[in-house]
Amino acid sequence: MEKTTNQKAWFLVLPVLLLVGFSAVIPLMTVVNYSVQDTFGNNQFFWAGLEWFETMLESDRMWNALGRQLMFSAIILAIEVPLGIFVALNMPKSGFWASLCLVLMSLPLLIPWNVVGTIWQIFGRVDIGLLGYTLDALGISYNYTQNTVAAWVTIIVMDVWHWTSLVALLAYAGLKSIPDAYYQAAKIDQASRFKVFRYIELPKMAGVLMIAILLRFMDSFMIYTEPFVVTGGGPGNATTLLSIDLVKMALGQFDLGPAAAFSIMYFLVILVISYVFYITMTTLDQKGS
Amino acid sequence: MTDTTPAAPGAAPIPGNVTASSRTTASFSRFRPSGSAVVMTLYLLFLLLPIYWLLNMSLKTNTEILNSFTLWPRNLTLDNYQTILTDPAWYSGYINSLIYVVMNTVISLLVALPAAYAFSRYNFMGDKHLFFWLLTNRMAPPAVFALPFFQLYSSVGLFDTHIAVALAHTLFNVPLAVWILEGFMRGVPKEIDETAYLDGYSFGGFFVKIFMPLVASGIGVAAFFCFMFSWVELLLSRTLTTVDAKPIAAIMTRTQGAAGIDWGVLAAAGVLTILPGALVIWFVRNYIAKGFALGRV
Repeated sequence: MEKTTNQKAWFLVLPVLLLVGFSAVIPLMTVVNYSVQDTFGNNQFFWAGLEWFETMLESDRMWNALGRQLMFSAIILAIEVPLGIFVALNMPKSGFWASLCLVLMSLPLLIPWNVVGTIWQIFGRVDIGLLGYTLDALGISYNYTQNTVAAWVTIIVMDVWHWTSLVALLAYAGLKSIPDAYYQAAKIDQASRFKVFRYIELPKMAGVLMIAILLRFMDSFMIYTEPFVVTGGGPGNATTLLSIDLVKMALGQFDLGPAAAFSIMYFLVILVISYVFYITMTTLDQKGS
Repeated sequence: MTDTTPAAPGAAPIPGNVTASSRTTASFSRFRPSGSAVVMTLYLLFLLLPIYWLLNMSLKTNTEILNSFTLWPRNLTLDNYQTILTDPAWYSGYINSLIYVVMNTVISLLVALPAAYAFSRYNFMGDKHLFFWLLTNRMAPPAVFALPFFQLYSSVGLFDTHIAVALAHTLFNVPLAVWILEGFMRGVPKEIDETAYLDGYSFGGFFVKIFMPLVASGIGVAAFFCFMFSWVELLLSRTLTTVDAKPIAAIMTRTQGAAGIDWGVLAAAGVLTILPGALVIWFVRNYIAKGFALGRV
């Protein structure tokens, strides 16, 4: 749609600007403030320059958390994206069963995040959980509070359970927009099932898949509640992802300076990914119109 | 409750019918790999088993949970639900959550509606930067904002109030609402605006009487997602409350710290938090992907 230039439109966005300014800019400035100052208590602060940033960049703690975070995000993307596409390809295309599948698949997406944690905390317990009990009965040693591998498997399976449907639903929306003529043409050419997927379905899904991948990356990059409820970041620090570590530092130990420096670097990473996301969205919008 | 059990029974009948219906639909479906039904059944089973297990536990007594391993409740009991619905320490959590979630939804929509209209209709100085800046707030990690929010709302005397949580959640819900609504509004032809102005409508009259009914489904979807994202959030709502506005999510995590966990009640509390989503899910089924993708699918 052709848009007209009208500077008065600013009045319409002013409420949003004020509200989000209040809840985003002021807190962010507080963080910036803490990141360049030090205190000995008594609310007396003095200038510390970039010291906290240097401290954080040299400390193993942040790099380790970042490493775990990247590993987590990489693993869940590697599982959820192919699995989501696979599920979408197998979903019924119309009718009652399609609606039922949509409803049942959406269910995990709408469960409060801490309840997702609670569900898997219970499900994985050896004494009362179906999963833990079954694994134990099969003779597999499984204890997500003691064993690092078990803890990782649990939070990854939990995330796959929680979010694969989102990838599937987006891929499904992409698939449904492919006109029937494409499939008929492929049939005339006697294209194999794989070729139909590779040359018709995948290119047509590319846009929504990109959204799915970016969304999953962003949301997994700032995941907090679910692993916090299940493992609390343990055993040891094995599942202490970025957000969990940051909350420990800021609200647990009240190390304001380092936590603020940490926050800002965290936020910068998010900003870069947001930009990629924005570019993807706007190019998609232009293609659509 | 038992007949709504979301376990295998619901998923089981899919196989026969899916193949049957796909045979009748056009050539489209001839390219589906065989065994689709099996794949879907397995996947839905994977999704529903953990939820079934929670429901199963919520209907058992603690003695049954801890002393015998049963696949379905042998002594069906609603005591756990009764505990929650009669103990103020529990049910006040639901009321608190509902209050701030509704406040947040209303605030978010009120400010987002005009803004989304502006973004969908006009070019103005800095519009693209503003639109991008909103997106960064949807993507911002709550962990970064937890401490500054705590200090900000303490300093203005709003700590442990519903409005504090509602305002804090606007951080990600206002951008979400603006993006979703903009996605819907761009689909409404601009000629409608112009015709309405020619007919003598003022901007306010046009917006409320003509434009809003046209994007009603978009408003519904945006409201649903604001509600949902505020309802599922834990970190900020827990940080900003202690007693008076403590949400159900925080009550659930705090009881877990105690030595003896009342598993049955915990499971029942979990089931009750799933209900709002489960109740409206049928109506929003076609918009779930759109909402999560910020109105862009």
